[in-house]
Amino acid sequence: MKRGPSFFNLASVVLGLAFLYLPIVLPVIYSFNASRLVTVWGGFSTRWYAALFQDEQMLDAVGVTLRVGFVSATLATLLGTFAAVALTRSGRFPGRTLFSGMIYAPLVMPEVILGLSLLLLFVAFGLPRGVWTVTVAHATMTLCYAAVVVQARLVGFDRTLEEAALDLGRTPLQAFLEVTLPNIAPAVAAAWMLAFTLSLDDLVIASFTSGPGSTTLPMRIYSQVRLGVSPEINAVSTLLIGLVATGVIAAYLVQQRRRATA
Amino acid sequence: MKAPRRGLAALAPFLWLGVFFAFPFLLVAKLSLSDTALAMPPYAPQIDWSKGLAGLAAFVRALDFETYARLVSDRLYISAYLSSLRFAAIGTGILLIVGYPIAYGMARCPPAARRALVMAVILPFWTSFLIRIYAWIAILKPEGLLNAALRALGLPALDILDTDVAVYVGLVYAYLPFMVLPLYAVLERQDHSLLEAAADLGCGPTEAFWRVTFPLSLPGVGAGALLCFIPMVGEFVIPDLLGGSKTLMLGKTIWTEFFANRDWPAASAVAIVLLATLVIPIVLYQRQQARILEAGR
Repeated sequence: MKRGPSFFNLASVVLGLAFLYLPIVLPVIYSFNASRLVTVWGGFSTRWYAALFQDEQMLDAVGVTLRVGFVSATLATLLGTFAAVALTRSGRFPGRTLFSGMIYAPLVMPEVILGLSLLLLFVAFGLPRGVWTVTVAHATMTLCYAAVVVQARLVGFDRTLEEAALDLGRTPLQAFLEVTLPNIAPAVAAAWMLAFTLSLDDLVIASFTSGPGSTTLPMRIYSQVRLGVSPEINAVSTLLIGLVATGVIAAYLVQQRRRATA
Repeated sequence: MKAPRRGLAALAPFLWLGVFFAFPFLLVAKLSLSDTALAMPPYAPQIDWSKGLAGLAAFVRALDFETYARLVSDRLYISAYLSSLRFAAIGTGILLIVGYPIAYGMARCPPAARRALVMAVILPFWTSFLIRIYAWIAILKPEGLLNAALRALGLPALDILDTDVAVYVGLVYAYLPFMVLPLYAVLERQDHSLLEAAADLGCGPTEAFWRVTFPLSLPGVGAGALLCFIPMVGEFVIPDLLGGSKTLMLGKTIWTEFFANRDWPAASAVAIVLLATLVIPIVLYQRQQARILEAGR
């Protein structure tokens, strides 16, 4: 019996990947198109990049987005790692069912509901909406993703090492810092990157929770798209895709090095 | 570890999620029972704390189900509700049909190629969702790439953008990784000797697939379907950018009520209805996640 992939298997994989990557490759190509039209190739040009770097509103939005991303991803990773430790290492504790429910529910919860409920919270307490409210909202949304990523690593990690540290007289905190943390560090880093990317990408929750002066990049892009397709957006897309690709490749190379030295 | 210390690590995230995730739902529920008002914030009643408990009692008396009555009597809300469920159900069905062969093909590849393929499926998820949906506008619009390609082949042009078809394309595109990965996870672990046994017992490849492979992959089918169906019901960006003005979905309704009509109670009531609809699938999904976790321990 044949074990390898058949022609049909290969064709479905190739077509599937083509479908996934077409809308990523297109903006990159068209960001260098001198023509405004998608169907006309007007020659190679960097005019849309030049226009982009003169668009102050867009640059402001990039600044806001990066600040929100850094702070919220750091908060989310910290809280998410605690949550993952509690879920995998604490056994049964009071409120565990409710806790795990609150960890998994935001993963599938429609964003409009999260955005609306957080906005009502901020309004109820009279907090002025701005960069901080968006940051808190993003930390809440991404905390759960961070928890799931770290949890996956904790589940696969050999518990006997921690038990050995405890037997040798380490306190649980010391055992965590000296044994567990170094072992889950790659997952913690991945969790941070995921939280950062999700924050960078979010339109719906940011729209509900932001105020004047805290327009994020997706909100800016969204309002531009509503006005009509602008080639400047292709330039932003290309820069974002480049940023993410660099991050992912760097992470991959670091992992390869670790594997080679291990 | 001693019993009282158990769950200590949970304290900070527990409090955070309690304040910023669980508690706000009570506010949404409360607001859905309030009325709109020409004020900021644009709803009434407000609790008058200066009157103490009497203020609270007056507040509770002023709450009613009027907003819900309005939702039920308005055909627009009902069709938005039904159309959301239809989009999510048909979208999940198409995703299964499209995603299964991809996941199956990936599981059949040699192990080294499999790792690269999993990376390749995850990677698009890391690039901006908004930008990927925006790229579909350039493909699907009347003078876009799809029609340019069709014309080059001598085929008639299609008017897809701003229709339900475009919404399905967007949904399938955006949620494909969420369907492929859980399916791949079960298919990859399947014991190949089962298929050999089926072949030895005189089972043809097609029959073996339907009697062995597919039934064994049902947990992955369930996981993928829930992971796609639940967020799709409340999807906003895809129907807003790719669908037309006639495309109704609850996520869009909440957004419009909130931002355009400034009707906060109506937006909250729609959110509560959406949540009530999704409670059962969300609980099913959580149970499944908890089972996976238990199995891994």
